[in-house]
Amino acid sequence: MTPWLPFEWIAATRFLREGRAQSLLIIVGVGVGVSVIVFMSALLSGLQSNLVRRTLTSQSHIVLLPQEEIARPLRDATLGPLLQKQAQRLRSIDQWQQIRSHLSQMPEIAAVSPSAAGPAFAVRGDANKSVTLIGIEPEHYVRIIALNEKIVTGQLLLSAGEAVIGIELARDLGAGVGDKFSITTSNGATDTLIITGLFDLGNKGVNQRNVYVGLRSAQTLLDLVGGVSSIDLSLHDIYTAESMALRITRETGLQADSWIKTNAQFFTALNSQRISSNIIRFFIGLSVAFGIASVLVVSVVQRSKEIGILRAMGATRGQMLRIFLLQGGIVGLLGSFLGSTLAWFFLAAWRTLAVNPDGTPLFMITVEPWLFAISAGGASLVGILAALIPARRAARLDPVVAIRG
Amino acid sequence: MLQLDDIHKSYATGSEVEIEVLHGINLQLRRGEFAALIGPSGSGKSTLLNLIGLLDRASRGRLLIDGQETGSLDDSALTRLRGSRIGFVFQHHHLIPAFTALENVMMPMLVERGRPDDEMRERAATLLEQVGLSAQAGNKANQMSGGQQQRVAIARALAMRPSLVLADEPTGNLDTKSADSVFALMREVNVAHQTTFLIVTHDARLAARCDRIIELVDGQIVSDKSPV
Ligand SMILES: Nc1ncnc2c1ncn2[C@@H]1O[C@H](COP(=O)(O)OP(=O)(O)OP(=O)(O)O)[C@@H](O)[C@H]1O
Ligand SMILES: [Mg+2]
Repeated sequence: MTPWLPFEWIAATRFLREGRAQSLLIIVGVGVGVSVIVFMSALLSGLQSNLVRRTLTSQSHIVLLPQEEIARPLRDATLGPLLQKQAQRLRSIDQWQQIRSHLSQMPEIAAVSPSAAGPAFAVRGDANKSVTLIGIEPEHYVRIIALNEKIVTGQLLLSAGEAVIGIELARDLGAGVGDKFSITTSNGATDTLIITGLFDLGNKGVNQRNVYVGLRSAQTLLDLVGGVSSIDLSLHDIYTAESMALRITRETGLQADSWIKTNAQFFTALNSQRISSNIIRFFIGLSVAFGIASVLVVSVVQRSKEIGILRAMGATRGQMLRIFLLQGGIVGLLGSFLGSTLAWFFLAAWRTLAVNPDGTPLFMITVEPWLFAISAGGASLVGILAALIPARRAARLDPVVAIRG
Repeated sequence: MLQLDDIHKSYATGSEVEIEVLHGINLQLRRGEFAALIGPSGSGKSTLLNLIGLLDRASRGRLLIDGQETGSLDDSALTRLRGSRIGFVFQHHHLIPAFTALENVMMPMLVERGRPDDEMRERAATLLEQVGLSAQAGNKANQMSGGQQQRVAIARALAMRPSLVLADEPTGNLDTKSADSVFALMREVNVAHQTTFLIVTHDARLAARCDRIIELVDGQIVSDKSPV
């Protein structure tokens, strides 16, 4: 007997050890349940953070645009062409410099980057591609989208007459670093640009469309001198994007689109995934609880004479109650250790099996320690709750009846 | 030290019918008495012992232990009183199999104090020595003979230095030789510590060696005398 352990702990662990086969089976049962929960949770959160990361490599957390002009008449068929032409004219954000410095001071915002963007055609030889011309201040822009890290050839250099384009567009134009191409905007302005770098933002559309130039060059080409067409923001907490967007609209009157709104479908998918996995978790927890409860109910019946004798010796109802609650908790805890170990092996196996053809993992799963801590705590709690009914039976047992047996 | 006044005990059987098992028991035990309780099967001996041992409550009548009326005590007070004053020895299922002999003897002290300590370990060892089982201290129940288990049970019953030991057919399962030695052991304790004993037995030979023989028939005491 360990000297400092309370009587209830000693009795609970002894009873579990004595009923070796039963205890082992139920611990394995709990372990399997916990392993599925841990594995599933790790996979799911890995998948989610991976999708989020992938989405955010080529998107800012919030995009600020000029207040939308009365958009409705646009749908009017007769007036359509006229108004559409008007809408196509790029509008600048009023007083964007002030707005920028205001936003830069907000603690929730990590980076602010203005850009002037508009449609254009990239032409080289026979190739003529429709592109989006984006003028940026590279030192600010890279804090929103890590363009510098996504350069696969060349460098991120955007002085006058220089441009960085996506690998797909480079292929379409048949151009490489050092080659020239010409750009023409819808208002007829034209310039010749030299390619200083090729990027791969992991998104084919973006790689095909985006042409990055210095802010000045874009302003000139797009007839937006001194103005910007949008401001990109990056936040410290990406999940506050929607509420921050609302707040910024309130404060500045600008249209603010959060990445959460832009990717609403993606979030609906994530949510339904989360709900279904919660349902699975709930039912696994329930079956684990029933397993523990049934084993303990049997154990109370088997031990009724011992319970009677302990009560005859002066053990209180409370002590009997705690002995069985503890057994439930211990089974849950040990089961969760086993389950976490199993899950760890599952995840290791998954990492080696779920790989792309080139051997790189499908996506990264990082298992955070709190997942194990939560599963340990949760399983112990489930164990204790499951033990409630058997423990109360043990506590209520009439010693006379138990001893008479 | 123990006084029963007009104790009745009924059991509810089925829906409405109540059977009275004990019909007005009057009994007194003095400190240091060594008494046998005999009677035919079903006469209510175990029932009476359970009442005296505060494991059960009488339907009617008064039960006093060391002058204290027990009818008005609540469950936990009864449990405490039972733990500190009364030791039990049962016929069957004596020991808790998950624990060693030594730990079984420590158990009443552990239950009361909550955590094991050296003092209770030493007391348990001393008691095991008294019952001649020092060598078996580390054995579990299934590693001992019936007689050895019953000696451990007696050591356990004595752990809290109870003033009263109640034994329900303590030798019922033992051969004559083991029965004799278990009986002799109880007698020794009785003499050495003035512990009161009330022993249910079917063994007339052993009953005859007690100070007093109380005979119960159909829930009534029909004779209460010293053996001749
Ligand atoms: N819980 C109970 N419910 C109903 N009847 C009971 C209950 N416990 C005991 N009895 C009845 O009370 C009577 C006395 O039982 P008790 O066990 O006290 O007899 P006993 O003298 O100890 O017999 P034995 O020598 O066989 O052990 C018996 O008729 C028994 O059937
Ligand atoms: Mg009996």
